Amino acid sequence: MTELLDTEVVKVIVFQLGDKEYAIPVSQVQGIEKTVFITRVPSTVHYVKGVINLRGVVTPIIDLRERFGIHSDVQGEDTRIIIISYADMEVGLIVDAANDVMDLPKNAIEPQPEVVGSLEEEFIAGVAKIDKRLLILLNLEKVLNTLK
Amino acid sequence: MDTNQYLEVFIDESNEHLQSCSESLLVLEQNPDNIEIVNDIFRNAHTLKGMSATMGFEDIADLTHKMENVLDAIRNHKIQVTAELLDVVFESVDHLEEMVSDISNGGDGKKDVTQTVEKLKRLESGESIENIETVVAAPSETVTEVAESKLIFDDFEQTVLEQSMEQGFSAYEINISLREDCLLKAARVYMVFEILEKLGEVIKSTPTVEKLEEEKFDTDFSVAFVTKENQDDLKQKLMKVSEVDVVNVQPVQLKKMEMPSDIEEKKVEEVAAVETPKPTPTKATPTKTEAPKTVKNNNSSKTIRVNIERLDILMNLFEELVIDRGRLQSISMELNHNELNDTVERMTRVSGDLQNIILNMRMVPVETVFNRFPKMVRQLSRDLKKKINLEIIGAETELDRTVIDEIGDPLVHLIRNALDHGIESPEERLAAGKPETGSVELRAYHSGNHVFIEIEDDGAGIDRERVLQKAISKGVVTEEASHSMTDNQINELILASGFSTAEVISDVSGRGVGLDVVKSTIESLGGSISIESEHGKGSLFSIQLPLTLSIISVMLVEIEKEVYAVPLSSIIETSIIKRSDILNAHNQKVIDFRGKVVPLVFLDEIFEVPREDYEDDGFLSVVLVRKGDRIAGLVVDSFIGQQEIVLKSLGNYLTNVFAISGATILGNGQVALIVDCNALIK
Repeated sequence: MTELLDTEVVKVIVFQLGDKEYAIPVSQVQGIEKTVFITRVPSTVHYVKGVINLRGVVTPIIDLRERFGIHSDVQGEDTRIIIISYADMEVGLIVDAANDVMDLPKNAIEPQPEVVGSLEEEFIAGVAKIDKRLLILLNLEKVLNTLK
Repeated sequence: MDTNQYLEVFIDESNEHLQSCSESLLVLEQNPDNIEIVNDIFRNAHTLKGMSATMGFEDIADLTHKMENVLDAIRNHKIQVTAELLDVVFESVDHLEEMVSDISNGGDGKKDVTQTVEKLKRLESGESIENIETVVAAPSETVTEVAESKLIFDDFEQTVLEQSMEQGFSAYEINISLREDCLLKAARVYMVFEILEKLGEVIKSTPTVEKLEEEKFDTDFSVAFVTKENQDDLKQKLMKVSEVDVVNVQPVQLKKMEMPSDIEEKKVEEVAAVETPKPTPTKATPTKTEAPKTVKNNNSSKTIRVNIERLDILMNLFEELVIDRGRLQSISMELNHNELNDTVERMTRVSGDLQNIILNMRMVPVETVFNRFPKMVRQLSRDLKKKINLEIIGAETELDRTVIDEIGDPLVHLIRNALDHGIESPEERLAAGKPETGSVELRAYHSGNHVFIEIEDDGAGIDRERVLQKAISKGVVTEEASHSMTDNQINELILASGFSTAEVISDVSGRGVGLDVVKSTIESLGGSISIESEHGKGSLFSIQLPLTLSIISVMLVEIEKEVYAVPLSSIIETSIIKRSDILNAHNQKVIDFRGKVVPLVFLDEIFEVPREDYEDDGFLSVVLVRKGDRIAGLVVDSFIGQQEIVLKSLGNYLTNVFAISGATILGNGQVALIVDCNALIK
């Protein structure tokens, strides 16, 4: 996430997962899709939901809830797939809702507080407090890591 | 001049010219008297020289220039074609290839080729190259001989020296030895150069300045120097630098020019080549023969060069079209509207033709892979001191470009293997009553939807006893299992990883880590490899490859609500069997199929398909697939039908999914996974 440090403001996509708000830099986001039919891929890890046809490209889908260990099966109207591109990989992340695009001032980003205590701790690159919202910046490398 | 935009063309064309150079050289080796071939090589070298000079790759231009001189001498019957000469020319071509590949990898194409250049020079002047290696490779041995010049000047430096002498400067060769215990060699070198640069101009240094600065020299170095100072003053000034042991200053002895006018001409030509953007500097040299002019006209067949990326894009777009075609077909079937049906059918036919054309466009003759082998075999047989004749049959056979890109390395490996382990030494061959010269045959041909590439040698063949022993000792197979193995199964053990029967590990072929890579590469291409061999008579490695990788025919099958695609190429037939026909062998369910015991693979179990309420009607749908000569039955819920599909990968994130080789997009826009039958048959 070096580009976070280089620029004064970072444009991020803010999305909802459970009761928390997360953020990914726009530079790593390819697009946001409504949910489509997901083809299950056998014998992979539990959080890989399968693959979708993203305009002719077969794209793997990760369920972020499963990835973070938040078990629930809410598939609502707002459920979205955020397509990210990281280190030559294109992967879709299932999130509860895509809320916002906003500019994060660089100095608003703090390292993650020691006591977060939740399961997703290791996936966090930092937190930012804007107005009264707490945004959690995702470390995509960690999110995608274990499969490699 | 901004040459970047021409770089790609330059690399392409250079490779072509080098390739035809080495091909012609091989022909020349067979017919040393044929001047026409020499002319061919000369033309290629000449064009290459012009291009590289224009592009600013001086080292290439320089080396080609030297090579050209030798070829010119042959043309003019000044020297004879000998094996020794060809070796040197081959060596130069090798160097050139390395330089060009360096450039294509983003390098600057520089390479130290002094030794080869010197050999070429000697050849040109008709001297023997016998003793050159010692002189050039080990200059330190000749240090004490003052008269011996350690500097070799190229044409450019020679001219500079001549010109400065004409202008009243003296040219000296200075040999400097630092003390053995000198600690800061680079610093001393710097001081020496500083003194020299105040007094005159350094034309050349051996080793090069870069190497001197990096202290990559022993204790001696030499420089060519033009100055107005006299010899003794120079020497004294240099001796003042501390830790300098010996300084030797002597006037440069310029070699006698045999044809000074000729060299002048070539000078002009080279300069012209640098200044004019034209690839062939013919116009600057009216005295040259007409030959180079014909180069461009050779490619008279009506072809255009298309960037391979564009073809890939075209292919991708067409793949989209194939997907939509599938969708249209299913819609029109549902609607059952006559005119729509007709239109869709017409479109299907047209796009079918289009598919053939596009696939054909991506087809490349295997020649592009094969053509590097004659040279490789020639070189290897020399290294191995064996006599080997390589015959290539069916080089015009065409394969998809993606396959071509991948198949090169496995073939190199197999051929090396055949040369190293297969063909015996001439003595052994004579003792075994075979002709002294071993033969290796490389064949390519089409058969059905596949291309076969075979490598056959008449060498020692595979010693199955030794292979078995080795395999057992390495733990590749168990002793018990070895008793029931067929000959071919034993042969294929040499493809297992961690296996190498050659007692002496050679540079030529492997440490036992190669043949298994060959096997996995071929399998990843959807192909297979088999070995036939008779001990003492020779071996035959046969590679079967699919014609194309991008659009394949599959059988779509359904398990619960999930659709899977089974490649038609591995299907023998489909069948519906009674559940009561299933037999149990150990823990494996098998069926008796046409007198053969065929194991069943339940895809719903393998793929962990979630079952809801499964109704057992007492019948099973089975797809019989094969891998080599082994058969298995894949149990599915139902067959959907045959379809042409576009092969897609699962991306970089999902790699190595068990028994899934890829994915495709169906007519309804959903993704279906392609079953990898090879993984399901053990």
